[in-house]
Amino acid sequence: MSSVTDVAPIAATRTPEGEPRKPRKPRSGALLGLAAWLIGFLFVVPVLWMVLTSFHSEEAAATNPPSLLAPLTLEGYREFFGVGTGANPWPSLLNSLTASVVSTIIVLLLAIPAAYALSIKPVRKWTDVMFFFLSTRMLPIVAGLLPIYLFAQWSGLLDNIWLLIVLYTAMNLPIAVWMMRSFLAEVPVEILEAAAMDGAGLLLTLRQVVAPIILPGIAATSLICFIFSWNELLLARTLTGTVAGTAPVYLTGFVTSQGLFLAQVCAAAFVVSLPVLIAGFAAQDKLVQGLSLGAVK
Amino acid sequence: MSTTLETSRGRGQQPPTPPPAPPSPPPSGALRRSADWARRAPLLPALVFTIIVTQLPFVVTLIVSFMDWNAYYPDERGFTGLDNYASVLTDVNMRQAIRTTVILTVVVVLVSLLLGMVIALLLDRKFRGRGAVRTMMITPFLIVPVAAALLWKHALFNPEYGLLNGTLTWIWGLFGSDNPPQPDWISTAPLVSIEVALIWQWTPFMMLILLAGLQSRPLDVIEAARIDGASSWQIFRYMTFPHLRRYLELGALLGSIYIVQNFDHVFTITSGGLGTANLPYVIYQTFYQAHDYGRASAAGVLVVIGTIIIATLALRTVSTLFQEENAR
Repeated sequence: MSSVTDVAPIAATRTPEGEPRKPRKPRSGALLGLAAWLIGFLFVVPVLWMVLTSFHSEEAAATNPPSLLAPLTLEGYREFFGVGTGANPWPSLLNSLTASVVSTIIVLLLAIPAAYALSIKPVRKWTDVMFFFLSTRMLPIVAGLLPIYLFAQWSGLLDNIWLLIVLYTAMNLPIAVWMMRSFLAEVPVEILEAAAMDGAGLLLTLRQVVAPIILPGIAATSLICFIFSWNELLLARTLTGTVAGTAPVYLTGFVTSQGLFLAQVCAAAFVVSLPVLIAGFAAQDKLVQGLSLGAVK
Repeated sequence: MSTTLETSRGRGQQPPTPPPAPPSPPPSGALRRSADWARRAPLLPALVFTIIVTQLPFVVTLIVSFMDWNAYYPDERGFTGLDNYASVLTDVNMRQAIRTTVILTVVVVLVSLLLGMVIALLLDRKFRGRGAVRTMMITPFLIVPVAAALLWKHALFNPEYGLLNGTLTWIWGLFGSDNPPQPDWISTAPLVSIEVALIWQWTPFMMLILLAGLQSRPLDVIEAARIDGASSWQIFRYMTFPHLRRYLELGALLGSIYIVQNFDHVFTITSGGLGTANLPYVIYQTFYQAHDYGRASAAGVLVVIGTIIIATLALRTVSTLFQEENAR
């Protein structure tokens, strides 16, 4: 920027919305906006390409240069769902759904009381407890895999969806405790005191006063736990087989090329990612808080 | 003596945010203890569950790492001291895996952090369709990792009909050439291919954290600097960047913790071939295919040690941000 001597008077440096007005030349601003659009487009192209290819025929998907305007068809989806191929992804999709939803519910049942004991009525040394939870999320899963595998083998829980549910619960609990604590900490103490003054019991206060305030937080926490469980591959790949295999495990069947199958792969990738895309866009505002374990708001 | 003690305590590592005042001064011992347990009760299920499911396996891993234990030779099971560690650290494949893990993590974290920062700075400005671009940027992160790896492997990197080579054909065609370069991306640059796919997924993560950091800047101070004649570069160098530093650290450390553990991309794109096997993949192979439990555990313990080093730094950064948030 060249000079600021001709900057507008102080009163006008903020727009009515309170945004600071930047003394930039409009052209450079437009160029930077264009650059943002271009980079955003580059990042989304692979996804758009995946969706487009999934609606092309296998022949049209395997052309070089790519045929963008090839006629659309559901052939890839029919192949993926087993019309004429005998493949059946439904059990694995259902397993993923069960593992993700049930583990998320258990996570909430464990995390909300814990977060309560770490924020509204905190135990002594509550920060130590918080960081203990966090440290468990940072340890690599692969290092605990063998004992878990041997235990599953010994107890007959191998290829059992409940084993995955327990492990996914442990995997997501630290994130949920951190997120829920940060939401509970936003509940104003005055409201709780007022409720106590009016003679409201603990359960009534929780239901009538606390719950409405933290409901959006609970929603965001569940969506993020759902995404992490749905995405998980290493545990599922090691501990499940034909019965309890999840959707990511089913996708590993596409690792080696099988002739003309690009449309099918794209359909498969899109179908399996769809729940995560929906959950992620729904939780967009709280996504960063969940990903940074509640450290960033 | 007592005064010096007081001051040194005052400057000590006391957390700046004491918990909200407990209700009325606690009465005598028994009552207080039962009140303490009433406070702890809601916490215990989560705590006990976490300790059992996450800590016990590591203890077992640690024990097994000192054992000679291969499922194919069950009779030879016994303790061998540090043999597994010696064999892990001298094994060519393991050393290669350690090197690959470090390179993969450092490259992916640095590049996605840099790209994430550029994009966050662009998105911090007002322009038409900012929300749409933000949504577009988040999308790669919301593709299931295995699906994303399959997408890159088959639909983008494929030498015959992948989008990358397809685009090259198309661009060369525009200039009337029918002899475009058609590299086999995964075979010629296997590790870079995995890195590109990972950077594509992790840049949005970094961008989100840095954008949150940018938007928590004190705007009035920056405005004042601008009025005092600071240039955009000066404001970035001396105000924005120092403010962002902790967010950069947080992104780098959290990203490292996730990428050190990466299994999905290595498994899908190269199946650990062509020198791309990282530690999680090698450990998975050692125990799942070679059934060498002792060595797999020793390698696992090494990964834990590496992670603890990163995690200690990460926890410190999170702790600083956490205390600031609480002090607010």
